[in-house]
Amino acid sequence: MAVASGGLILLLAVACLVGPPLIAATWGYDEQTQDLAYGPQPPSWEHPFGTDFYGRDLLVRVLSGGRVSLTVGFLAALVAATIGTVYGAVSSYAGGLVDAVMMRAVDVLYALPYMFLVIILVTILGKSLLLVFLALGAVGWLLTARVVRGQVMSLKQQDFVLAAKSLGTPGRDIVFRHLIPNTLGPVIVTFTLTVPSMILQEAFLSFLGLGVQAPRASLGALINDGANQMLVFWWTLVFPGSVMAVMLFALNFLGDGVRDALDPRMRR
Amino acid sequence: MRDTTTEPSPTGDAAEAVLTIRDLRTFFQTDGHVVKAVDGVSFSVRRGETLGVVGESGSGKSVACLSALRLVPSPPAFHPSGEIRFQGRDLLRLPEPEIEALRGNRLAMIFQDPMTSLNPYLRVARQLTEVLEVHQGATPAAARREAIAMLERVGIPDAGRRIDQYPHQFSGGMRQRVMIAMALLCQPEVLLADEPTTALDVTVQAQILELIAELQASLGTAVVLVTHDLGVVAGTADRVVVMYAGRIVEEGPTGELFANPQHPYTRGLLASMPRIDTPPTGHLEAIAGLPPDLGHLPTGCAFHPRCPLASDRCRHEEPPVVAISATHRAACFEVEAGG
Amino acid sequence: MSALPPTELSPLLEVRDLAVRYRLERPGGLLSRGHDELRAVDGVNLVVRRGETLGLVGESGCGKSTTGRAVLQLLKPSTGTVVFDGQPIHDWWVRKGRRWVWDARLRDLRRRMQMIFQDPFASLNPRMTVEAILTEPLRNFGLAAGSDRRRRVQELMATVGMDPRFIRRYPHEFSGGQRQRIGIARALALGPDLIVADEPISALDVSIQAQILNLLARLREELGLTMIFIAHDLAAVRHISDRIAVMYLGRIVEEADAGEIVAAPRHPYTQALISAVPVPDPVQEATRQRTVLSGEVPSPVNPPSGCPFHTRCPLREDRCTRDVPVLREIAPGHRVACHLVE
Repeated sequence: MAVASGGLILLLAVACLVGPPLIAATWGYDEQTQDLAYGPQPPSWEHPFGTDFYGRDLLVRVLSGGRVSLTVGFLAALVAATIGTVYGAVSSYAGGLVDAVMMRAVDVLYALPYMFLVIILVTILGKSLLLVFLALGAVGWLLTARVVRGQVMSLKQQDFVLAAKSLGTPGRDIVFRHLIPNTLGPVIVTFTLTVPSMILQEAFLSFLGLGVQAPRASLGALINDGANQMLVFWWTLVFPGSVMAVMLFALNFLGDGVRDALDPRMRR
Repeated sequence: MRDTTTEPSPTGDAAEAVLTIRDLRTFFQTDGHVVKAVDGVSFSVRRGETLGVVGESGSGKSVACLSALRLVPSPPAFHPSGEIRFQGRDLLRLPEPEIEALRGNRLAMIFQDPMTSLNPYLRVARQLTEVLEVHQGATPAAARREAIAMLERVGIPDAGRRIDQYPHQFSGGMRQRVMIAMALLCQPEVLLADEPTTALDVTVQAQILELIAELQASLGTAVVLVTHDLGVVAGTADRVVVMYAGRIVEEGPTGELFANPQHPYTRGLLASMPRIDTPPTGHLEAIAGLPPDLGHLPTGCAFHPRCPLASDRCRHEEPPVVAISATHRAACFEVEAGG
Repeated sequence: MSALPPTELSPLLEVRDLAVRYRLERPGGLLSRGHDELRAVDGVNLVVRRGETLGLVGESGCGKSTTGRAVLQLLKPSTGTVVFDGQPIHDWWVRKGRRWVWDARLRDLRRRMQMIFQDPFASLNPRMTVEAILTEPLRNFGLAAGSDRRRRVQELMATVGMDPRFIRRYPHEFSGGQRQRIGIARALALGPDLIVADEPISALDVSIQAQILNLLARLREELGLTMIFIAHDLAAVRHISDRIAVMYLGRIVEEADAGEIVAAPRHPYTQALISAVPVPDPVQEATRQRTVLSGEVPSPVNPPSGCPFHTRCPLREDRCTRDVPVLREIAPGHRVACHLVE
C-alpha cells in the first residue's frame, strides 16, 4: 500500500513537473494561455479536464497547480519539522526551567489563531512564494515540537543515554546523535500529516489573496475557484478536488511506509 | 517428543490423568515462514500432582499452556495436529462458548507479570466476583463473601477492606496472591502457572510457592508449573518435562531427572547454573551457542548446534525417544536405553 | 579467589555514608501537603580493593542499583563521600542553573570507571551500528584515529568473543547475550580500572548467563579489573565475587567474604534470603530448613523506624523498633548490622 502510494506520488510529482512544459511544447499552450472566446467548456478530447472561465486548459492548470501545492506543502512541512524537532529535543533534554519556559512558549503560540499569525507575517514580509512557505513552516512546527519533546522525555530515561553520558559524550552529541535519530519515526508521521495541512493553509491564503498570485495557481486556489462555480461548471471543482484528494491519501500511506522503512528493527 | 497416541505416558497410568496433551503442535504463520512454537509435545498431569515444565525462551513452554486453554490468537496460530483431553473432551476442538465455560472454572491460569494481568481499571472485588457470577451463577452478595474468604486464604490481610481496592494499591507479591485467588475461586481441576514467581523477589517467591503447594494439597488441584528455574522445579514438582525449541527433550520424576539427567541439554543446564550449595569452581560449564531461532530451525535435532555430543546423525535425523526407565525418557541418539 | 600480591590490595574505592534521597511532593493541588522522602540509599559504607570483586545483593527497593550509579556519579549523591583512587570525586559537580552537571575532572575520570547495564535491549542505541556504538567512547576522548579506530573496535569485539565482522550490524540483529557482550565491549573501550555491573545477566536466558559470567571472570583476570557486581541472584553473585554485601532498604545489613556469607550468615535477613534461594537438587529442597519471611519489603518512602528489617524479622525485639543498628565488625572481615548479633 505504502509502496503503491509512493509510486503514485512520484508519478504525480513527475507529471506536475514534466507535464506543463511538455504540453506547452506539444500543443503550444501553458497554464496561463487564455482563450476568452472558447470560454469554459466541459471535458473533451482536446481538453481532458475541460477549460476554465478564461478558456485556460484545466489539465495544465491542475498539473501546474499540483506542482505549486506539492512544493509549498513539502518545503513548509520540512521547515516545520526541522524547527520543531530541534526545539522539542533541546527543550526536553535540557529539562527543568528551560523546558518549562520553552514549552509554555509553545502553548501560547498554539493558542493563538494560526491563520492570524500567518497573515500578519505574510503581510509584513511580502507576497513572495518563498516567504509564504517560510511563514507557514514557522508556525507549523508546534505539533512536531510537542511530539518530539514527548518522545525525548521517554528516550532520555533509557539506558543507552546513560551509557553515552558515562562514556563522556557531551550533551550536544547526545541530543543530535542519540535522541533525535530515535525520534524520526513519529517525526516522519507528523511530517506527512503536516504536508496536507500546509497545502490547505496555502489554499486559504490564496483565497485571501495572500498566497500564490493569479494567474499562477495552486491546487487549493483552483479548488476555491471551482467551488464558486461548481453548480455551473462542475469540472472546475471535480478535477482539482480529486487530484488533491488522491494526493493527500497517497501522502498518508507513504508516510506510514517511510516510517516503517526507517525503523532498523523492521529491516529484515 | 514423537509420541504416538498408542504409547502409554511415562506415568504409566493414563487413566488417572486429569489433563492429557497429545502430540500438540502450535505453529504461527508469519509473513514468509512458519514458526514452530510447539512441535509435537505430549504430557499429562494427575490430580494433586505438580508437573514442572522447564525451558528457556523459545522452548514453547508458555505457548503449550496457552494452547491448552485456547488462548493463542488463531490466526496467526494454527494447530496442525494435537489433542488436549480434559474430562473426556478434546479442548482443541470445542466450540468457543464451551471453552469459555471451562476457562476460569475447571481450568485456570496464572501469569508471570502481576502488573499487567489484572485489569487496572477495575476494583479487585469486581474481578473476583465476576468469575463466580459467570461460572457458578452466584448472587453478588454470595460471590463477594466467597471472594473475601478466598483472599484471606491466600494471605491478604484485612481482606474485607482490601477487596475494594484497585490493583495498583497492592504490591507485586500481593497482586500475585490476588491472581491465585481469582484462579482458584471455582476450585478448578487444573491450574496452569506460567512463570508465576519470575518477576518476584526471592523471599516473596518462597511465600508464593508455599501458598500454591498448600492450596494444591487442600483442593487436590493438578498444577502445571512453567518456569526456567531448575531450583524452583526441584522444590515443587513431582515430575519434570524439559523443553527445547518446541519439543520435549527429557521427562521424568523429579528425583530421577536431577539425579541422573540424560539429555545433553538437561545436563548442560544443570552444569551451567551457579549454585549456592557448592563451592565455586571458577568456571562454569556453559552451553555453547545461542538460543534457537524458531523461524529457522536446524535440520535433525534442534539442539545439535550447541551439543557437545553432536554426531552426523544428529544433524540430519530427528532423535528417537529413548526409555531410560519406566518413567524417565529422553529424546537423543546418544542416550542408551535403560541408561 | 584472586591471589593478588599484598601491594595490590589497596583500596581503589571508598564509600562513606553514601545517601541518595528523593523528595516526593505529595499531590495536593494548589495547597502543598508537604513532602515524603524516598531513601533509596540510606548510609552505605564500602571499601573495594584493587582487583577485588564486590557483590552487592538484595531484593527490590534495597538500593543496590542506585548505589552503583551513585558510586559512578551517574547520579548525584545527596550526602556522603566517594573516594576513587585517593581522590574525592563526590565533590566534582558543578551547578548549572537548577541542575548539577559534571566538572571537567569527573569527565576525565570516566575513562577509569564504567558501567555495564541490565537491559540488553535498552542499553544500545537501536539506530546506531555496533561500530558507531563502540567508536563513540574513542571519539569522545580522542583515542585512536582513522583506520586505527576501526582496528580498535574489531579488537574489542574479539575480546568479548564476538566476530569482528559484525560491526556493521544493528543491535536488533543480535540476541540478548550478544548485545550484552557488545555492552561489555563498550564499557571496556576506555580501559577502565573499575567496572560496575548492574544486573548484567538478569535479563538473559539461563544457558547464556553462564557464558557471560565466564566472560566477565576471564576479562577480570586478563585486564586486572576491579568490579562491583550488582544482582539479586545470590548464586551468581556468590560465584563471581570475593566479598558480598547484602542490602535491605538502602542499607547494608551484612558484609563478609563470599563463602562465609553463604556458609555462616549472621543477619536474620541474610539467613532468610539464603534459605529462600531454590537449589536444583530435589533431595536438598525437600529436607532443608526454610525461614519463610512474612510480609513484603516495605516501601522506601518513609521507611520504618529503627532497624528497617524489624517489620519482618522473626527475632524482633523492642529496641529494634527504636534504634538503628550500626554495621559492626563481629569477626575479622565480617560486618553485621543487627542488635541481636553482638
